[in-house]
Amino acid sequence: MYSFDYARAKNAKDAAKLLAKKEAKVVAGGMTLLPTMKQRLAKPSLLVDLAASKDLKGIKKAAKALTIGAMTTHAEVAHSSVVKGACAALAALAEGIGDPQVRNRGTIGGSIANNDPAADYPAACLALGATIVTTQRKIPADKFFKGMFETALKRNELVTAIQFPMAEKAAYIKFPNPASRYAIVGVFVAKFKDEVRVAVTGAGPGVFRVPAWEEALAKKWSADAIAAGAVKAADMNSDIHATAEYRAHLCAVMAKRAVAAAK
Amino acid sequence: MDGSLIGSPVRRKEDQRFLTGRGNYTDDINRPGQAYAYIIRSPHGHAKIKKIDASAAAKTKGVIAVFTGDDMKVGSLPCGWQVKSTDGSPMKEPPHPPIAQGKVRHVGDQVCVVIAETYAIARDAAEKVKIDYQPLPAVVDMRRALESKSLVHDDVPKNLCYDWTIGDAKAVNDAFAKAHKVAKIELINNRLIANAMEPRAAIGDYDRSNGDYTLYTTSQNPHVIRLLMGAFVLQIPESKLRVVAPDVGGGFGSKIYHYAEEAIVTWAAGKLARPVKWTAERSESFMSDAHGRDHITHAKVAMDKDGRFLALMVDTMANMGAYLSTFAPCIPTYLHGTLLAGNYATPAIYTNVKAVFTNTVPVDAYRGAGRPECTYLLERLVDVAAREMKLDRAEIRRRNFIHADDFPYQTPVALKYDSGDYHTLMDKAIRLSGWDDFEKRRAEAKKRGKLRGIGISTYIEACGIAPSAVVGSLGARAGLYECANVRVHPTGSVTVFTGTHSHGQGHETTFAQLVAERLGLTVEQVDVVHGDTAKIPFGMGTYGSRSLAVGGVAIAKALDKIIAKGKKIAAHLLEASESDIEFRNGAFTVAGTDKKKMLGEVSLAAYVPHNYPIDKLEPGLEETAFFDPLNFSYPAGCHVCEVEIDPDTGVTKIVNFTAVDDFGRVLNPMIVDGQVHGGIAQGIGQALLETCVYDDNGQLVTGSLMDYCMPRADDLPSFKTGTHNVPARDNPLGVKGCGEVGAIGSPPAVIGAVIDALSPLGVTHMEMPATPLRVWQAINGTKHRKAAE
Ligand SMILES: Cc1cc2nc3c(=O)[nH]c(=O)nc-3n(C[C@H](O)[C@H](O)[C@H](O)COP(=O)(O)OP(=O)(O)OC[C@H]3O[C@@H](n4cnc5c(N)ncnc54)[C@H](O)[C@@H]3O)c2cc1C
Repeated sequence: MYSFDYARAKNAKDAAKLLAKKEAKVVAGGMTLLPTMKQRLAKPSLLVDLAASKDLKGIKKAAKALTIGAMTTHAEVAHSSVVKGACAALAALAEGIGDPQVRNRGTIGGSIANNDPAADYPAACLALGATIVTTQRKIPADKFFKGMFETALKRNELVTAIQFPMAEKAAYIKFPNPASRYAIVGVFVAKFKDEVRVAVTGAGPGVFRVPAWEEALAKKWSADAIAAGAVKAADMNSDIHATAEYRAHLCAVMAKRAVAAAK
Repeated sequence: MDGSLIGSPVRRKEDQRFLTGRGNYTDDINRPGQAYAYIIRSPHGHAKIKKIDASAAAKTKGVIAVFTGDDMKVGSLPCGWQVKSTDGSPMKEPPHPPIAQGKVRHVGDQVCVVIAETYAIARDAAEKVKIDYQPLPAVVDMRRALESKSLVHDDVPKNLCYDWTIGDAKAVNDAFAKAHKVAKIELINNRLIANAMEPRAAIGDYDRSNGDYTLYTTSQNPHVIRLLMGAFVLQIPESKLRVVAPDVGGGFGSKIYHYAEEAIVTWAAGKLARPVKWTAERSESFMSDAHGRDHITHAKVAMDKDGRFLALMVDTMANMGAYLSTFAPCIPTYLHGTLLAGNYATPAIYTNVKAVFTNTVPVDAYRGAGRPECTYLLERLVDVAAREMKLDRAEIRRRNFIHADDFPYQTPVALKYDSGDYHTLMDKAIRLSGWDDFEKRRAEAKKRGKLRGIGISTYIEACGIAPSAVVGSLGARAGLYECANVRVHPTGSVTVFTGTHSHGQGHETTFAQLVAERLGLTVEQVDVVHGDTAKIPFGMGTYGSRSLAVGGVAIAKALDKIIAKGKKIAAHLLEASESDIEFRNGAFTVAGTDKKKMLGEVSLAAYVPHNYPIDKLEPGLEETAFFDPLNFSYPAGCHVCEVEIDPDTGVTKIVNFTAVDDFGRVLNPMIVDGQVHGGIAQGIGQALLETCVYDDNGQLVTGSLMDYCMPRADDLPSFKTGTHNVPARDNPLGVKGCGEVGAIGSPPAVIGAVIDALSPLGVTHMEMPATPLRVWQAINGTKHRKAAE
């Protein structure tokens, strides 16, 4: 780790101000950022800690949407009765991230700002059609996730909350990498009154939707509607754990299981 | 108290400090004035070092010194075992400098050491060291190494370290010529990384006032390190070098060896007259701890019409990595080739082993060392043989086992097994695992869409390493006896100094049980000290499941001497003849009377010899004993594994695992069970999860826990364990070893179960680890093949 300065932001606005300093970076749970710094792959001059920014925390349910503050930890989402009631699939997803230590520190804001191509939350955001609320604007999930580790966020822009519309049914099924337990393939399906959305994480260079499955499921909500072949091996990642063919195959298997499990 | 301590599940004394965070590990130790070393390691698999410019780093504030290979010209890290090729020539033993001299030979090879006031300064400064490499083609694949134009060591042609054989080739060839059937197999024993919980660490310390060196290190055998480093690398007399291995957080073999970093910090401490500390980061462990296994094997067995084995022929290539680690050459030979009889009465055996250098981390012993490789190939081959002969897998084993009344049994590959009962072990495992009604469970699983399979393996291992004369004749450059010193204090409590080292095995408890039982004390009254060459007599350490079988016997022998001396003292105090004195439950009594003296009274008299036979007897009550075993010890067992495979994903889940083992006499069944559980977990790790991958350039692809998959609790079922213990005949305590068996016996049972589950699809082979990807490919390969037919 290189040496760096440290500041604790009082709230989101304060954090955005502190971020103006060159090479400054916010730290949320630190579960991704600190290991990267230890490996000397990141070299922030100033770490702006969001831990004391109470305005970034909390879970609220309104008629149409569930709002989760950026600094809400995975464990808080997993154990929240509000989340369980509004979207059990989201709570279950959070419970499946990493290990207890990671869940007690890692945050939803950090996870989506980081946009790891194998992370779980981006699939939920995309499939549920979430809105990412930032210090500057509201960004639909469809426009937020850009490619590997890239988002629509500008340099001084912070995620403050995520608003999830309520689905009739939803489920997330993850095929974990045996070593890291990140997703080799994770599929989130969400059924709304007038549409179905399917998002896949882990399989490709970034989280993506599968229109063919969405249309098929909108016509007929059944695991049989998932046709293999809609996800092509040519678009998949390949590594020692899973070839592109295997990933493409797993996408269909996980999607079917998600439809069958959706509540 | 008679007999109550031996065989009793006494809770581990050492856990109090470990569970409350009060262990004292090498990195917990800090010496006054300590400096910190950061080691710059090769990013290349194979490269010439053209130039190193460390001037900017050396000038950095807080940097004390920067050393390269030019600065540290010392002896080579020695190899402790010389294997001879079939033609009589000694193995190729290229130099292994602690800091690379002109060339790097694997990713992680030491190139430069930066020593600074803090670790952070050393690391920052290291980035200023400019190293100009000229990359060379890397030798990675063993199969291509022998023909490769690129040489890991310029003076080792074909990258061949040795070409070794054992057995009677003619007898084997004759038997194959008249065989009714021959079963064949080709397989890989995957390369593993031990990943002990505690990364390696070392502190070198030098006392200017008297020229004494101290090395604190994460070692399983401090005396061996003192001998190797002192005599061969740094030329420090043993009287001037103390090696301390305090609490050590797991070794599994990887902490047996003498490593470069130990020599570097000790040498630097002398140069700088300051203590120097180095602690590995996890990613350094991946590229600098010795790796394990990595064999490619072809094997075949000749059978008569009843499936009885007539002969066995095995060809193996063993990866040595870039340099010879301390015991590397003996693993594929004397710990592998000599075990090839397994549990079977195969009359003729022949094996050839080619050891090969590659641009990878050195490979050495890892839990089981040679014996898992041997067991894996044998048991997989026996499964193939059963299929060829259309025999039940248990039945073919039963037909070929050595019979219980044939012990001692001389195998055709040097070893002489002293005891065992393989038929009963397997019968018990079959009963405990429900082998006979497995088909019902397979059918039930099929209804749920799952492929269920069962696998069986039996094993024999030679441990309790080892008779010095035997290993000496086979090339070992050390003796393998063990020592113990038992000190009875004036008021009757006892300290035991053992040459073995406990890094998870629980010696502080089991050895205390052994002593307390013999002397009539409580376990709390006995303290066990290990891991410090300044305190204990010359001991060989812990590996090869030897601590109780060899070290325990040394303690027992020291206790014999204590009791014999105690009787003399008691005879004097009780005014009786020595031959009338009996010792039981801590009391010396005169036979047939109620006259007695307790051990504490006798020891007090020994240290305060006012009333004492001083003309005939020295004061004090402290005895040392060394024990060199006459034979190895031969635990054996049978493992049965049951798996369920999800055909849609290829995921294998272990649903049942049964192990029935023969450990001879057991001191603490709870600790033995723990050893078995841990071993099986590692065996399952090898079979389903773990593998070390290098790319063609010698880059370590699985260089972190993100890609190298260690077994976790939820990967494992609840194990069913049982024993059928036959006391060892050739061991004075009747004990066998238990530390490695889990890792030896389990992999073939797991893979056997996976193949059995997939057999309805026509799958007959599976390599380790049977990852979801591999299993899915096997399922789909056959699907495609079937469709094409
Ligand atoms: C062992 C381990 C296992 C894991 N397993 C999984 C897994 O299975 N699935 C999974 O999805 N993830 C997994 N993770 C990642 C984990 O979920 C992290 O918590 C998450 O990726 C980052 O969240 P954080 O709060 O720790 O962010 P930090 O590490 O603090 O920050 C990450 C990045 O986001 C930026 N950032 C943080 N908060 C904001 C904000 N509000 N606005 C803008 N930018 C921000 C930071 O500047 C930084 O660049 C794992 C991590 C570890 C260490």
